Amino acid sequence: MKKQTAVGVFLNGLIKENPTFVQLLGMCPTLAVTTSLKNGIGMGLSATAVLIASNVIISLLRKLIPQKVRIAAYIVIIAAFVTMIQMLLEAFLPELSSSLGIFIPLIVVNCIILARAEAFASKNGVLHSAADGLGMGLGFTAALSLISAVREILGAGTIFDIELYGEAVQPMSVITLAPGGFIVLGILVAAVNYIMRRKGEKKNG
Amino acid sequence: MAKEIIAILLSALLTENFVMVKFYGICPFLGVSKKTDTAIGMGMAVTFVMGIASLFTYLANTYLLVPFGLEYLQTILFILIIAGLVQLVEMFVKKSIPPLYNALGIYLPLITTNCAVLSSALLNVQNNYNLLYSVLFGVFAGLGFTLAIVLMAGIREYIDEKAIPESFRGFPIALLTAGLMAIGFMGFSGFSI
Repeated sequence: MKKQTAVGVFLNGLIKENPTFVQLLGMCPTLAVTTSLKNGIGMGLSATAVLIASNVIISLLRKLIPQKVRIAAYIVIIAAFVTMIQMLLEAFLPELSSSLGIFIPLIVVNCIILARAEAFASKNGVLHSAADGLGMGLGFTAALSLISAVREILGAGTIFDIELYGEAVQPMSVITLAPGGFIVLGILVAAVNYIMRRKGEKKNG
Repeated sequence: MAKEIIAILLSALLTENFVMVKFYGICPFLGVSKKTDTAIGMGMAVTFVMGIASLFTYLANTYLLVPFGLEYLQTILFILIIAGLVQLVEMFVKKSIPPLYNALGIYLPLITTNCAVLSSALLNVQNNYNLLYSVLFGVFAGLGFTLAIVLMAGIREYIDEKAIPESFRGFPIALLTAGLMAIGFMGFSGFSI
């Protein structure tokens, strides 16, 4: 494998290996909190902060953590940062904290974070790991923002709580409920598959 | 008391189903739902771990964290307990019940990062359940997960991948199926005892 620059690692996480649309990781928060754009961005940025911090620490400690207990060690490191984020949100953004609710502590079991710790941070230097955390985190945030924007516009008729249609249209409230989450994500993943396939055909044809 | 237990059972199975309504445990729900028998294995393993995890996290929270005012350590301690329990269960089942291990083996390590387990532990604390209710809630929520994943696997076995537009094959069609199932589960909402 050729050596990547930090910028390359960042772009890889943001677009080419987007954790949500390409790797299909971290589905629980992706479906659960994307009922409004505000929640989607809040969740994405919280996960990004945890991802960068845990990637940096795990990369620094990668020679010290014994191979056999590494997963447990990663989980403890991640859980510590999640607890910090949880306390910070409670203190400074209580409204966001209450609307994300239990999904803030559940960032611990978001597979994206553990997957990046295991697949990237445990093998790479600090700078690259931080870039990877930032790229993957922003990729996750971008995906959540897209899903939640679609769901908020179609399901609630608002964007950032601003009314869009007025009296003329009644929004489809099922989109903001549980079934809408599955259906919107399913259609968006299919759209990404379609775009990827078209690109691949162009390259080969 | 019997009434409350039935209320917890019905809400965990139907009205507040962990997968279809609450979105906990989506990763295994989509990942391990291609065949009915593996789905049953996964569901049973999750239910088992959720039951004992609820027991141990309740004990740890009540006798360790609350007396010393350390509630902010809940997330860290709970995930450690769950990871440890999953490891112990795996070793125990491997040694003493080999047939069960062969059936569940590959799913057991996955359960640590199944957010259904951690969320049932956290919800027990939020809802102020006592020891009995905590364990029952863990088991019932696990059964709710099993119900959803087995139903999903039953449907997916009948999906003919060749009849689906190429871009929708695999994951997207599974999500759309889950969306339609979730509409079905919405029919239970508002039902209470």
